[in-house]
Amino acid sequence: MEAFTTHTGVGVPLRRSNVDTDQIIPAVYLKRVTRTGFADGLFAAWRSDEGFVLNDPRFSAGSVLVAGPDFGTGSSREHAVWALGDYGFRVVISSRFADIFRGNAGKQGLLAAQCAQSDVELLWKLLEQEPGTEVTVDLRERTVTAGELVLPFTIDDYTRWRLLEGLDDIALTLREVGTIDTFEGSRPGWLPTTTPVAGS
Amino acid sequence: MGRTLAEKVWDAHVVRRGSGDEPDLLYIDLHLVHEVTSPQAFDGLRLAGRPVRRPDLTIATEDHNVPTTGIDLPIADPVSRTQVDTLRRNCAEFGVRLHPMGDVDQGIVHVVGPQLGLTQPGMTVVCGDSHTSTHGAFGSIAFGIGTSEVEHVLATQTLPLKPFRTMAVNVEGTLRPGVTSKDIILAVIARIGTGGGQGYILEYRGSAIEALSMEARMTVCNMSIEAGARAGMIAPDATTFEYLRGRPHAPTGADWDAAVEYWSGLRTDPDAEFDAEVTIDADALTPFVTWGTNPGQGLPLGERVPDPAGIADENERFAAEKALSYMDLTPGTPLREVAVDTVFLGSCTNGRIEDLRAAAEVLRGRKVAGGVRMLVVPGSMRVRGQAEAEGLHEVFLEAGAEWRSAGCSMCLGMNPDQLAPGERSASTSNRNFEGRQGKGGRTHLVSPLVAAATAVRGTLSSPEDLPAADLAAAS
Repeated sequence: MEAFTTHTGVGVPLRRSNVDTDQIIPAVYLKRVTRTGFADGLFAAWRSDEGFVLNDPRFSAGSVLVAGPDFGTGSSREHAVWALGDYGFRVVISSRFADIFRGNAGKQGLLAAQCAQSDVELLWKLLEQEPGTEVTVDLRERTVTAGELVLPFTIDDYTRWRLLEGLDDIALTLREVGTIDTFEGSRPGWLPTTTPVAGS
Repeated sequence: MGRTLAEKVWDAHVVRRGSGDEPDLLYIDLHLVHEVTSPQAFDGLRLAGRPVRRPDLTIATEDHNVPTTGIDLPIADPVSRTQVDTLRRNCAEFGVRLHPMGDVDQGIVHVVGPQLGLTQPGMTVVCGDSHTSTHGAFGSIAFGIGTSEVEHVLATQTLPLKPFRTMAVNVEGTLRPGVTSKDIILAVIARIGTGGGQGYILEYRGSAIEALSMEARMTVCNMSIEAGARAGMIAPDATTFEYLRGRPHAPTGADWDAAVEYWSGLRTDPDAEFDAEVTIDADALTPFVTWGTNPGQGLPLGERVPDPAGIADENERFAAEKALSYMDLTPGTPLREVAVDTVFLGSCTNGRIEDLRAAAEVLRGRKVAGGVRMLVVPGSMRVRGQAEAEGLHEVFLEAGAEWRSAGCSMCLGMNPDQLAPGERSASTSNRNFEGRQGKGGRTHLVSPLVAAATAVRGTLSSPEDLPAADLAAAS
């Protein structure tokens, strides 16, 4: 995973709450077997509307998405994170993220920065009044800076550390393989295995 | 202080307790795999030269992409076919048991696990699918994960996770006839909202929950994710044990006795404290339907389409306006007058045998209204076989519904079963998001009873809205 320290890019105001992962990338785009190539599916239905924010050339090269509360609800599809990344987004700012989306983002180097809703409103206002405004997101300082605004955001310490270091979770866990072996030895014998049995 | 059910199951799976900000390392007892969220995970293993650590705790099925007609033919859509073929190759290469299209045990992953007896109380169950919460009905911690986590579980059989908070959802009283577990969960989501459960495991408790069958409990836990929760759980009891007894992977003999003894202790202690609590009055519940584009936008069927002007919160009002515009609904319209052209009975929420029986009971001796298409899609091939043994398929076919093979189907429209732009469905599935069932399609979430009655009347309805069936003509 690519390490994340600070990022500066055009902010995109998305005045929608409950942006579910079916909106971020509809199911028909989930059939690829690769981790890349999902940019065309990003907000596919909304992008067919001329008035959608990403169809405005002043926002189309945006990389910091500023969205309403409950971003990333619904399906667990990590394709939502891949599509945002493929399009060019490095940061999503919202006042509340769905748990699975937040976890997926943290695994892929997409920063899910949680700001107070009142601060999201300030960012929306600024980005709409001055389209093309650049937003700087500093993970070390946990701040969002845009124009005169300097706003704090929250992210849990562990995810922050992993993002700053660009660490691969699996390699970290495999350091503890001995502990896993020991745990496995203590599991009750009646727990099921998927090994086929008569009648299944 | 005592512990909640969720805390007991969590504690029993901690491989290594995290210190400070570190997450715990949690052992995973069962990993369910399907074709959509796994190919990139298997690819990652291959790139790193890692094996699947416990293929014997892993099982795969084909469900999201598969067509529900002509399943003896190759999949017509080449991209879907590639994805299914990729799963087959990956399972063969890594030694994972797979139930492919056409297999007697193929079906929706969350129907297959329980029916095989692989889902048992006190386990940890994961799958690259948010509706994994279904398995919590057995008193297991079951939750959806992303593809990076799928790869992590394949490689290590563990996940680094911080403990979830706990919320008690007390459902007390007795459901009236015609009111189902689907109505309970839609009412819960309408109450706490689509974000109300974020960070929580919900434990459904109370007399109305205890009275539910296992299948009805699965419907409740299935939609926990629609309230934003990571998981939903119900304490195992005699109903749970009876459901499991004799299933292919359930313990037998002395193992059964040891397991039941352990399972019987999986209850929230009387002095345990939840981080949050909500109470629902089961006596007051009536059939529930959604009017908007998220599962929290629901109301009793007897109500009218709400007026956004009456919503105080600016964001909520804006969201309701957007939803009504997408759904093409006018404030003040009685929900019972909303006409549909499609009825979908199926999905991991309501595609089990009891759901099919309930809908068939309503349809027996009746006809699907002119201009309405009704799809009946069993959750698994076993459910389909059971329904045919009971003659339910004949009831559906005589009523004018389509009788299909198993899969996720129109719940998310990854296969050819989709709504056309502007079409409107009453659907027993779990999400009414914009375009979920097909681009431009409109979805009202309902119970199987409401789905069947709606198919007959052509507008959102409950069985009590129907005139008596002509059972003589049907026999």
